[in-house]
Amino acid sequence: MSVLHAVFAPGFFSNGPVQAALVMGAVVALVCAPVGVLAVLRGQAFAGHAFADITSTGGSAAVLLGISPVLGFAASAAAGAASMEGLGARQRGDRDLVTGTVLGGALGLSALLLYLSTTRQGTSGATVSVLFGSIFAVSAANWPWVLSLGLPALAVVAAAYRPLLLGSVSPELAAARGVRARLVSAMYLGALAASVALSALTIGAVLSTALLVGPAAAALGLSSRPGRAMAWAGAIAVVSVWAGIVLAYDSYSWPPVGRGWPVSFFVVALVTAFYAVSRAGVRRRPRRQPAGRGS
Amino acid sequence: MPDPTLPAPATPTGAAPAGALPIGAVPTGADAGRRTTPPGQRLPVLDVEGLGVRLGGRQVLSDVSFHLCQGEVAGLIGSNGAGKTTLLRAVLGLTPVSAGHVSVAGSRGRRPPVGYVPQKVVLDPDLPIRARDLVQLGQDGHRWGLPWPSAAKRAATEELLAGVGALHLADARVGQLSGGELQRVLVAHALAGGPRLLLLDEPLANLDLRSARDTVALLDCIARQQGIAVLMSTHDVNPLMGVMDRVVYLAGGRAATGPTADVVRSDVLSSLYGHHVDVLHAHGRVIVSIGDDAHRDDGCDAVPASAGVLADEPEPSRSGWR
Ligand SMILES: Nc1ncnc2c1ncn2[C@@H]1O[C@H](COP(=O)(O)OP(=O)(O)OP(=O)(O)O)[C@@H](O)[C@H]1O
Ligand SMILES: [Mg+2]
Repeated sequence: MSVLHAVFAPGFFSNGPVQAALVMGAVVALVCAPVGVLAVLRGQAFAGHAFADITSTGGSAAVLLGISPVLGFAASAAAGAASMEGLGARQRGDRDLVTGTVLGGALGLSALLLYLSTTRQGTSGATVSVLFGSIFAVSAANWPWVLSLGLPALAVVAAAYRPLLLGSVSPELAAARGVRARLVSAMYLGALAASVALSALTIGAVLSTALLVGPAAAALGLSSRPGRAMAWAGAIAVVSVWAGIVLAYDSYSWPPVGRGWPVSFFVVALVTAFYAVSRAGVRRRPRRQPAGRGS
Repeated sequence: MPDPTLPAPATPTGAAPAGALPIGAVPTGADAGRRTTPPGQRLPVLDVEGLGVRLGGRQVLSDVSFHLCQGEVAGLIGSNGAGKTTLLRAVLGLTPVSAGHVSVAGSRGRRPPVGYVPQKVVLDPDLPIRARDLVQLGQDGHRWGLPWPSAAKRAATEELLAGVGALHLADARVGQLSGGELQRVLVAHALAGGPRLLLLDEPLANLDLRSARDTVALLDCIARQQGIAVLMSTHDVNPLMGVMDRVVYLAGGRAATGPTADVVRSDVLSSLYGHHVDVLHAHGRVIVSIGDDAHRDDGCDAVPASAGVLADEPEPSRSGWR
């Protein structure tokens, strides 16, 4: 009992915001995992990071306008996806250039908007929550947004699963196989933008790539099958979010007592730890497992 | 019965004097292929007529014509930048054609079943995709929705892998395969869609002599047993001699095409290059020697100097190939 109490501080399970955070965190983690695995496979982790920076622009604009940050996250991520698709980056090298260009512009704008909202409101509270997030502060009013971003993102992954995988091996092979590369990549960019917006809502715009790319990167070493890698990524993401919430709740009794450390810190720290452990494990194993014939 | 979308294979028009093969034309005359199937039983699979391709304002290919029938192996020969990849991509419909047309049997309406092994596939070693997944994607990689595993699909995949001698690699990550191993898996991937035409871009580029020999034998076997037309590019004719029925020889954006013996000849290649070219036979190898006055010649145009290549050959006694 005392051990249980040491891990879950008293009141953890009866606390309303904690329960809401556990559910919403899990949903977001489960959307981000498969989308993140595909981002890593397709070499679009950098695009995901750019979306994260872009969402900070949208989030800060939303704060300035006094509307829900998730609206800003979603709108800016969608605009980012559309402009990247519109600029027509097909090759990986191109894609990085286009992404970098869009990202630079967005970050500059974000700096201005944050400056304006801090000077106007005289407080940096909202700014901090946009940039670094606080899942405890996410109200239930956000559920419609979470579902309307998360479900389509998962639907895209399910619908375009095979074309996306083949395209990640080689766009050339996919094209030869008759995959409509333009359509598939546009669909995927939409799913990526939606996932980043969700991740921004839970752990903050600046850190949102960590939840998207971190579990995926850790999972790649754990299974040589795409579906299983996604399942691993999902498990790592959910465990990181949940354990992060537990630790953040516990941290109210840590110095400075009564303040609590940010959840996002714990989530990102755990994801990073998972990645480090998984990499170390992969390095120890032989590069290629001898193949079992036919089994 | 012949596919009505394709013209019948070229019929002899006679009167073409030996050596006066017009460049870019499908040579006529008897089927000089080494195979004994009567020409009438061969169905045409690929027909390229007066193909021209412009890329970046440059005419990369002009007036290329040839055809390929079921079960035939054709070599697409040319030095770096000659347009081999461009031609294959045009056949696949991935590069727009500026003149002429390409037709693949069975292409009415839907995309024709063409297998393709690109020149360069660079893979991350961590990619969580196994050889069997890649072959599976060759069967259904273009389909929407989640894949449902089934015993039948699994058996088909393993049969394809076994067919290229790569069953033991089935569970290896594709990014961790050696160049030659990946080549085999990619061939299995390309065959998975049940193609009538298989296009391979430089399949021998990164292989040692023995693997190159094995690959050529494998492709020849696939063509013969499954009746698939195989078109593969290479910068060296030698590995394909004795196997290829036809040659599409590219130089300067134009092509000399026809049965091997009718194209790999001094007079035909001289007329293609626009200056004198020697075709020498030495130690059972063909040496195409392009003269010094070639406009773009930097010494790389000559298909290999025999001495260097021969020195690389493994000693039969040690390596034990037949
Ligand atoms: N997208 C492009 N835009 C402009 N020029 C191109 C493009 N792609 C290819 N080319 C040019 O077309 C020519 C033929 O290229 P291609 O890749 O077909 O050569 P290749 O015969 O496959 O050469 P290699 O043996 O080096 O693979 C080259 O001169 C190349 O520079
Ligand atoms: Mg090429």
